[in-house]
Amino acid sequence: MDTALFEFCLRMGDNTLVLGHRVSEWCGHAPVLEEDIALANTALDLIGQTQFWLGLAGEVEGKGRDADTLAFRRDAWDFRSVLLVEQPNGDFGQTMMRQFLFDAWQSLMLDRLKDSSDVRVKAIAEKASKEVAYHLDRSRDTVVGLGDGTAESHSRMQAALDKLYPYVGELFGADEIDAEIAERGIAPLPADLRGAYDALIADIMAEATLTIPDSRWTHTGGRDGTRHSEHLGHMLTEMQWLQRAYPDARW
Amino acid sequence: MYAQMVKSTGKGVKSREEMTEEERHFQDRVDADEKIEPKDWMPEGYRKTLIRQIAQHAHSEVVGQLPEGNWITRAPTLERKAILLAKVQDEAGHGLYLYCAAETLGISRDELTEKLLDGSMKYSSIFNYPTLNWADIGAVGWLVDGAAIMNQVPLQRTSYGPYSRAMIRICKEESFHQRQGYDIMMKMAKGTPEQKRMAQDAMNRFWYPALMMFGPSDKDSVHSAQSMAWKIKINTNDELRQKFVDQTVPQAEYLGLTIPDPDLKWNEETGHYDFSEPDWSEFYEVLKGNGPCNTERLEARRKAWDDGAWVRDGLMAHAEKRAARRTAAE
Ligand SMILES: [Fe+2]
Ligand SMILES: [Fe+2]
Repeated sequence: MDTALFEFCLRMGDNTLVLGHRVSEWCGHAPVLEEDIALANTALDLIGQTQFWLGLAGEVEGKGRDADTLAFRRDAWDFRSVLLVEQPNGDFGQTMMRQFLFDAWQSLMLDRLKDSSDVRVKAIAEKASKEVAYHLDRSRDTVVGLGDGTAESHSRMQAALDKLYPYVGELFGADEIDAEIAERGIAPLPADLRGAYDALIADIMAEATLTIPDSRWTHTGGRDGTRHSEHLGHMLTEMQWLQRAYPDARW
Repeated sequence: MYAQMVKSTGKGVKSREEMTEEERHFQDRVDADEKIEPKDWMPEGYRKTLIRQIAQHAHSEVVGQLPEGNWITRAPTLERKAILLAKVQDEAGHGLYLYCAAETLGISRDELTEKLLDGSMKYSSIFNYPTLNWADIGAVGWLVDGAAIMNQVPLQRTSYGPYSRAMIRICKEESFHQRQGYDIMMKMAKGTPEQKRMAQDAMNRFWYPALMMFGPSDKDSVHSAQSMAWKIKINTNDELRQKFVDQTVPQAEYLGLTIPDPDLKWNEETGHYDFSEPDWSEFYEVLKGNGPCNTERLEARRKAWDDGAWVRDGLMAHAEKRAARRTAAE
C-alpha cells in the first residue's frame, strides 16, 4: 500500500470533514440570513471535498473502505485533521477567524496541488480551488470588516486571533510523510508555503487593524494523530453515532 | 403551505357598487390576471394582507432550518449530509426571496424579524414539531415540502408580481426537496427492521401535523373570501388538503407504511379518499405557543439575532468607515 499517499489524502480529507462539520453546526443560528446561506454553502463545499479526498484515500488503501467508511468508522486516533479545525465555533468572529486562517492555507496548498504529479490529486485540487477561492474572499472580507468595525467587534476579533494563532503552525509541520510526498512531486513541503502564508496573513491583519501574536510556538498532534484535542472525540460521538448504532443499515 | 389563517380585512368582499373607482380598476386588473407591481396603486387591505402572508411564509422558511439542521451533524452518509446542507441552504434562500418580496410592499426585513421574535407574527405550525430520528428528515421532505408545494404551485399565479416570481423560483427547488425526502423514506422503509420502525414512527408523528399545515376549513371564512377575490389565495384549505391526501396515500402504500388513520378509505362515489380531520384543538394550542418545540424554536432565533448584533453593527460600521475614506480620498 502507498502509505504516504494514503496519509496525505487523510490529512486533506479529515481537515475538510472536521471543519465542514464545525461550520454546519451554525445552521439556522447565524447573525443574518445571508450568513446562514454562506455558512451552509461553505460546509457543503467542504463535505464535497471530503468525499473526493477520502474516496481517493480508500482507493489508495485498496481494502474496500470507501469515503463513508473512513469518515464514520474510524476512531479519533486514526484521524489526521489539524487541531485548528477541531476547535469549537465560539462566537461568529472566532468561526470566521478560524475559517480565514484555514482558507488562506488551503488556497495556497490547492494552488500548488494543481501541479501535482498525481493526476487524481491534481483533479481534486482543480475542482476544490474554485470553491476555496470563494471561501477565502468571504472569510477575508469578514475578518477585515469585523476587525475594523466597532470597538466591540475589534476586540472580539483580536481575542479570536490570539486564541487561534497558536494552532496555525501545525499546518506547516514536516515529517517523513511530507518529505516523501514532496519528493514524489505530489505536494509541496508544507513549510514551503509558510512565507506566502505569512505575507497574506500580515496584509489582511493590517487591514483588519489586528495584531498577530509575536510567538510562533504551535500546538501539534492532530495531523499525525498522536494527540488530538478533546473536542474531536465529542464531535465523532455525534457524527458517527447513527452509523455505529445501526452498522447493518444502508441509508 | 407555510401561511396559515392569514387575516385579511375581516370585512368581506366589497361589491362593485361599494368599491371606489380605483378599487374597481384594481379588481378588474386582478380579474384579468394582470400582475400587480410594487409601484401600482393597491388597496391598503391588499397590501397588509400580503405582508402578513409573505412574511409568515418567509419566517417559516427561516425557522424551518432548525428541525432539519438538527440532523446535519448526524447525517448517515456524506452524500446525505451534503443533500441536507443543500436543502437547508435552499430554505434560507427562500426566506431571502420572500423577505425581498415583502420589502417591495414597504416594510423592512428587520421590522419583520422583530415581529417574528416578539411573537406578533407567526410561522407555520409544522416547525414546532421535533425531528427525532433520521426518517424524520425523509418525512419532512416528503410530507412537509409536499404539503407546501400543494399551496405554492397555484401561488405561482398569484396577482402580486414579486410574490409570484418568488414562488416560481421556490417551487422548482421544493419539488427537488420532496423527491429527496421520498428517496430517504424509500431507503428506510425497505431497510432493516429498525429502519422500518423509524420510518413508521416518523409517519405516525408527521401525518396529522402535515394535514394541519393547510389550516382549518376556511370555506366560510371572510378572510379567505377576500384573499381569493384578490388572488393571493387560490384554493380553499379543504381543497388543498384533499389533494394532498389523494396524492400521498398511494405513495405511503408503495412504501409499505401505515397512515395512522383507521378511517382512511377510498370513496368510490367522490373519487377521493375519506380521512379523519386532525385534532384542531392541538393546532390552536401550537399556534398559541404550546407546541412541543415552540419555546426552543423562538429561543434559538432570538439568540441568533441577539448574539449576532455585534456582527451586524461591526460590519455596518466598517462599511461606513470605508465609504467615508472613499469620500475623503476624492
Ligand atoms: Fe422552502
Ligand atoms: Fe423545501
